Amino acid sequence: MDLWYGFGVAFQWHNLAWSFFGVLVGNLIGVLPGMGALSAISILLPLTYVMSPVPAILMLAGIFYGSQYGGAIGAILLNLPSHPPHAVTCLDGYPLTKQGKGGTALGITMICSFFAASVGIIVMIFASPLLVEVAFKFGPTEIFSIMLLGLLAGATMSRGSALKGVAMTLFGLLCGVVGTDVNTGTIRLSFGLLDLSDGLELVAISMGLFGVADFLMSVNRMSIIGSGAKLKLRDMRPSKAEMKTAFMPMVRGTLVGTLFGAMPGTGPTITTFISYALERKLSKTPEKFGTGMIAGVASPEASSHSKTQVDFIPTMSLGIPGDAVMALILGALLIQGIQPGPQLITEHPDIFWGLIASFWVGNVLLMVLNVPLIGVWVKLLQVPYRYLFPSALFFIAVGVFSTQNNLFQIWEVLAFGLIGALLMTLEFSVAPILLGFVLGPMVEENFRRALLLSRGDMAVFIEHPISAWFIGASALLILVQVWAFLRRGKKKNKGNSEQLQTA
Amino acid sequence: MQKAINRKDYYGGALMVLVGLGAIYAGTDYHVGSLSHMGPGFFPAALGGLLAITGLLIALSARSGQPSESVPGEGHGHGLPDLRGGVCIVLGILAFLLLGEYGGLLPATFAIVFISALGDRKNTVKQALILSVLMSLVAIVVFWWALQLQLPLFRWG
Repeated sequence: MDLWYGFGVAFQWHNLAWSFFGVLVGNLIGVLPGMGALSAISILLPLTYVMSPVPAILMLAGIFYGSQYGGAIGAILLNLPSHPPHAVTCLDGYPLTKQGKGGTALGITMICSFFAASVGIIVMIFASPLLVEVAFKFGPTEIFSIMLLGLLAGATMSRGSALKGVAMTLFGLLCGVVGTDVNTGTIRLSFGLLDLSDGLELVAISMGLFGVADFLMSVNRMSIIGSGAKLKLRDMRPSKAEMKTAFMPMVRGTLVGTLFGAMPGTGPTITTFISYALERKLSKTPEKFGTGMIAGVASPEASSHSKTQVDFIPTMSLGIPGDAVMALILGALLIQGIQPGPQLITEHPDIFWGLIASFWVGNVLLMVLNVPLIGVWVKLLQVPYRYLFPSALFFIAVGVFSTQNNLFQIWEVLAFGLIGALLMTLEFSVAPILLGFVLGPMVEENFRRALLLSRGDMAVFIEHPISAWFIGASALLILVQVWAFLRRGKKKNKGNSEQLQTA
Repeated sequence: MQKAINRKDYYGGALMVLVGLGAIYAGTDYHVGSLSHMGPGFFPAALGGLLAITGLLIALSARSGQPSESVPGEGHGHGLPDLRGGVCIVLGILAFLLLGEYGGLLPATFAIVFISALGDRKNTVKQALILSVLMSLVAIVVFWWALQLQLPLFRWG
């Protein structure tokens, strides 16, 4: 079978070595606060110019999931999502760390990512042709509707009031508008700054909102991030009960990730948000989410890893990247003179099957590598906050600079740090901003295209059957929220009056 | 206490209304167009409208005494940032920007770590100094030497 051929390619020693190098370096860079897959790949991209295509792409893929896992470490231990999908992991992973269970959370993440990646790879092998066919049926109308659903799900999953979540999503969408309009070339909302004509930088926004804003809120209020509990290798092995709680969320997250991976245009961020929202809806104790629920770590991590694997399907077979990282990998292929598309599997079987096989090899490497290294990562916990935040600030500044070699991005970090601190003071949850920002340009593009095709008829979104399903689900989501809001209001009022009576 | 929370929702809603109105204003400045032929201003204006409405709803629900849900387990307080810490962090970033432009990587690194470290009341000047020297070493070895960051160690003017 072709896959054996792929394993043959992946096990050639120099390919294996490059894959290992990629995983190791990606992991290292991913752990650094402020450096995610995006910066890791962009920094090492020049290296691939002198390599032959197969090891180059294997190394980049290695960097990708290495840094992805490294990002989870940063999110769980330091509350710093260096890659946007991990913003969700922070919500429950960081509270777990504060309870002294950071090791367990990392162990769960490792098991989930390995499981999900394995499933994703199997799906990629067997379902590729089928999924490609479904993806072909997606026009702008369908893409807009599914994004609408994703945005709503993301907005309502934020803690606190759903209304505030919606407001933050809208704010994020507005941030996505900044820059040059693709259709007309008009520069919008740039405040007269030429540097903004390319739009805001994703890494800068996420570092500002989650890094700097958090430092601003925590400085002089926190002494050590972890509870100071010593963590050993043993602590990483989750107990049987914890594995049991994590198992179903892991499976569900994997399914969500697999489903969304097949749809071009839905990035991993939206996937993790939706799987988190799903877990919260299914949970018997939804109010405990955000306080360190294992399900809140297992499901999003599993979904992002299976999504990542399946995401290579549209990237490789259609040439449509799911997110910025995929776009970079696509760019690397183009530099090598390889045009991703339906012909790729037949014209370059060594790349396609070698890549699939190396995914699995790489994930095994990642697991083997992290068992001894985990002690090093956990040491980060013992660093007092007063040393940690100035160093992290430096890493953020340099990391953001390196994405475009431009100091202007650091201004954006500062601005979004201040905005984030203000919003947090007003008890807004900032995570949906990122979701809105990432999807913003695609939402606008597809909305405009869909209405251009329908000559301004809004009914087109309900007339297309696939799109109608997504719209219906969105409407249901809103109704459920309104209903819950009214019911909660009644309950709270009752509770308040009772409190008054006892007081 | 409950009153304080409600007031926050009130301010938050008002802020959203302001941002929304700003976006509408900016959107109408560009060409809005029609549903079938949207101009560049359509989308921002529509978003602004939605944001303003949402902000209004947030403010209204604060007014009607609907208590906002408490947010448990967040890593930080909800008061305004600590003044000294906040100012030092902002100054540190500004110093990095300034020295990155006119001084190079090394002075910029030293400045951002040193100034922001002074923001923590428990750090002494000596500790801040040691930390910034250590980070400068990291800057040299990791970023300048190993990753070949496109920012020279020193530059004048």
